[in-house]
Amino acid sequence: MRNSQLITRDSERESNLAPQSSKPKARSSKRLFTATRLLQLVLVLFTGITMLGAGAPSPSTFNTIGHKLMCPCGCGEILLECNHVGCPDSDRMIGELRQQLSTGIGETGVLNWFAAKYGPTVLAAPIRGGFDVVAWIVPFAVLLAGLIAVFFVVRLWKQRQQPLAEAGAAHAPPLNDEQAALRERIRRETEYGE
Amino acid sequence: MPHPMPSLGSFSLMLALALAFYTLFAGSLALWAQSSGRQLAVSPLALGETARRAGIACFWCVSLAAFALVWAAFTNDYSVDYVLHHTNRDLVTAYKFSALWSGQEGSLLLWAWLLATYGFVMRLRHKVDIELTAHASTILAAIQVFFLSILVFAAPPFAIVPGGVAPKDGFGLNPLLQYPEMVIHPPMLYLGYVGFSVPFAFALGALIMRYPGEKWIHITRRWTMVTWLFLTCGICLGMHWAYAVLGWGGYWGWDPVENASLMPWLAATAFLHSVMMQEKRGMMKGWNVWLIFITFMLSILGTLLTRAGLVSSVHAFAQSSIGNWFVAFLLLTAIVCLFVFFRNRDHLRAENKLESLVSRESSFLFNNLVLLAACFTVLWGTLFPVLSEYVQGSKVTMGAPFYNKVAVPIGLFLLFLTGVGPLLAWRSTTLRTIRRNFVLPCVMIIISAIALMIAGVRPWLDDDKTASIYSLVCFSLSAGVITAILTEFLRGAGVVRTQTGKNLLASMWLLTRRNTRRYGGYAIHFGIVVMFIGLAGAAFNQSKELEMGFGDQLRIGSWNLVCQSFSQDSNPNFDTDYALIDVFHNGKKITQLAPERRFYTASQQTSTVVAIHSTLARDLYVVFEGRNPQTDRPIIKVFLNPLVNWIWVGVLIVIVGTGFALMPPLKPKRATEPAAIEGGVHA
Repeated sequence: MRNSQLITRDSERESNLAPQSSKPKARSSKRLFTATRLLQLVLVLFTGITMLGAGAPSPSTFNTIGHKLMCPCGCGEILLECNHVGCPDSDRMIGELRQQLSTGIGETGVLNWFAAKYGPTVLAAPIRGGFDVVAWIVPFAVLLAGLIAVFFVVRLWKQRQQPLAEAGAAHAPPLNDEQAALRERIRRETEYGE
Repeated sequence: MPHPMPSLGSFSLMLALALAFYTLFAGSLALWAQSSGRQLAVSPLALGETARRAGIACFWCVSLAAFALVWAAFTNDYSVDYVLHHTNRDLVTAYKFSALWSGQEGSLLLWAWLLATYGFVMRLRHKVDIELTAHASTILAAIQVFFLSILVFAAPPFAIVPGGVAPKDGFGLNPLLQYPEMVIHPPMLYLGYVGFSVPFAFALGALIMRYPGEKWIHITRRWTMVTWLFLTCGICLGMHWAYAVLGWGGYWGWDPVENASLMPWLAATAFLHSVMMQEKRGMMKGWNVWLIFITFMLSILGTLLTRAGLVSSVHAFAQSSIGNWFVAFLLLTAIVCLFVFFRNRDHLRAENKLESLVSRESSFLFNNLVLLAACFTVLWGTLFPVLSEYVQGSKVTMGAPFYNKVAVPIGLFLLFLTGVGPLLAWRSTTLRTIRRNFVLPCVMIIISAIALMIAGVRPWLDDDKTASIYSLVCFSLSAGVITAILTEFLRGAGVVRTQTGKNLLASMWLLTRRNTRRYGGYAIHFGIVVMFIGLAGAAFNQSKELEMGFGDQLRIGSWNLVCQSFSQDSNPNFDTDYALIDVFHNGKKITQLAPERRFYTASQQTSTVVAIHSTLARDLYVVFEGRNPQTDRPIIKVFLNPLVNWIWVGVLIVIVGTGFALMPPLKPKRATEPAAIEGGVHA
């Protein structure tokens, strides 16, 4: 609806234009129309595709939790990926996992049960709360701190650069097209390579 | 009875230590005398030359020690404790060779020998810039003193077995290491680790002598790139080894030892990018110096993690108490770096400032930030169990779920920058350029996302939603980045075509040859994207396990596996159980695979020999897991791993790209460089 109004307004504007400038305006209006239609098409496709397969089976809790536990046999593998034949622990633990799931205590309950029985190293990642939270926060905090630092560094550099540029601009005569093209060519040709 | 080769080896190491110490002492004295103008009994030039020659002699001594250990292994001299514990008579010749770096003492000897070799080459090429090389050579000698001291005092590779009586046979080599790639993977990795000592030595030396201009970077650029390439190959060979040998269907388990090799690689990659800022714009000098310092220190940390058992790892093949030596060396290195940096930091002032936020310079800043954030995340994940034990008294596991949640998003951001960075102009990028360069890649990202969803990549339906979302984002971004790289390359080739009238292929070749560094870099980025596509394929891995009797079938995806037979075999080195499995695809027999499980007699250990049917689209990965003791039938586990080969193809592209980037361009460089400082002190 909003798009059709936009197109109508564009066509109105087009009709009011002087004859010499009507061609480019008409072209840009056409482009806008095409772009809008394309965007609509993408949105429709996106919505359609995301709805495909709706109602398929829900994710397997067994699989999800099984991938959050380690096999304690010393192989360093995720519980459901331990491939040791005759592994003294994985079969028993998988049985315990099924049993705990059948009690309906939920994911956190099951993980807590395993951590209490086998120790915290049985969890494939630190998820017990408390100091474990630090493990998750610190990498993102460092990245964020880095982003802020980069932002301030860039701002500082730009602030220092501005007075210099203004001073330079005040003394230097403006470049004509030929000079600007020549400068661009020099810059391009003396590039050391990237 | 005396043991000639072990004695020769021990003596060579002691002599090498004395020579390295002399290179350090005489080199330092000569440089100090030269810079301060103090008079010595000998001229600084002559003293420096003796230091240089001592450094060269040190290489020959360490080479002799390495040869002595090889000789002891090949002649089954089990009076040497190291040879006794890492080889046996029936071990294949190639593995006798690789056994030399399978244990702690041998791998440290390899470190020392590679360092001596790098030093040897550097000292032969000292006329490139005599004074700078003298500084670097002296610093390299200090590192050499450290490693040789460990070999002489803490972890001697020529220690004689207790009692001095040689047993008849050795204990053999860890079966996991009896694989062809193990002959080249550790040397490659170590060439990478050790190689960073050279740029480190040049950077520290240039800072100490307040070296004018950026020439030291041009001198070390090749060293850094070659070293980086060795490390890349080493890491990827390790991935392939893990994939083909460990039998769990994956190639990267975020094990501390794997992480140890990834950290210096990330830091070195950041350095290789930001060093361009210094070359072209005279910016980020202090930052670059620290990047190279950090890369070197991470290499030492990597060796510490691998060899000293600081953190537990499934494939840390050697553990001991040399950790204290490494910690002390790391601390000393950090103190020296800090001292030299703060003393000379005024020398590192930038010549230019950033002009625009949307420019190549700022993209390098973000690239550095993301690479270092990734590096920190890996370090944090590796060391957090130690920290956790210290703080709350219990260790925790930092497994794949942690890294997948934290490191993968950072990796995807990096992939995004891989595409964006090269398309931005130096100093400032206009809106017109952005529109011209980015519209098509953005369209490709949208189209590929839709195509993938139509093809069945629908994260909202998958069990592991996170992995599925990551893979969707990764595939789409990869499509966009490849489009960006190809468009830019074809645009350049089009210009050359117009100028020269050559055909498109010839124009592409000429364009690459004219600016090997730029287009070599593009090829490396392309290779990395191809690797990312391969990595993203892991989200769609499938696996099945079945106890298979004669004629039993196992179906996975559109593949059908039929067990034809299973049997046993033996040779002096190992006994083997294997199955013969026919592989059918859409009813047509494709191949026969023979997965094995071996039992090594000497070491009394088992290992798997995985059978893989490989195509560009997927790998059919079959593991013989063993026999069910009740039924005596083989248990077969099958993985269907999509796109794995893209990783190895990506590595090959990276190697070719690096080769191009190292080639001199067709046209000589126009920028003039500061003249070399001649006539200084050698060392």
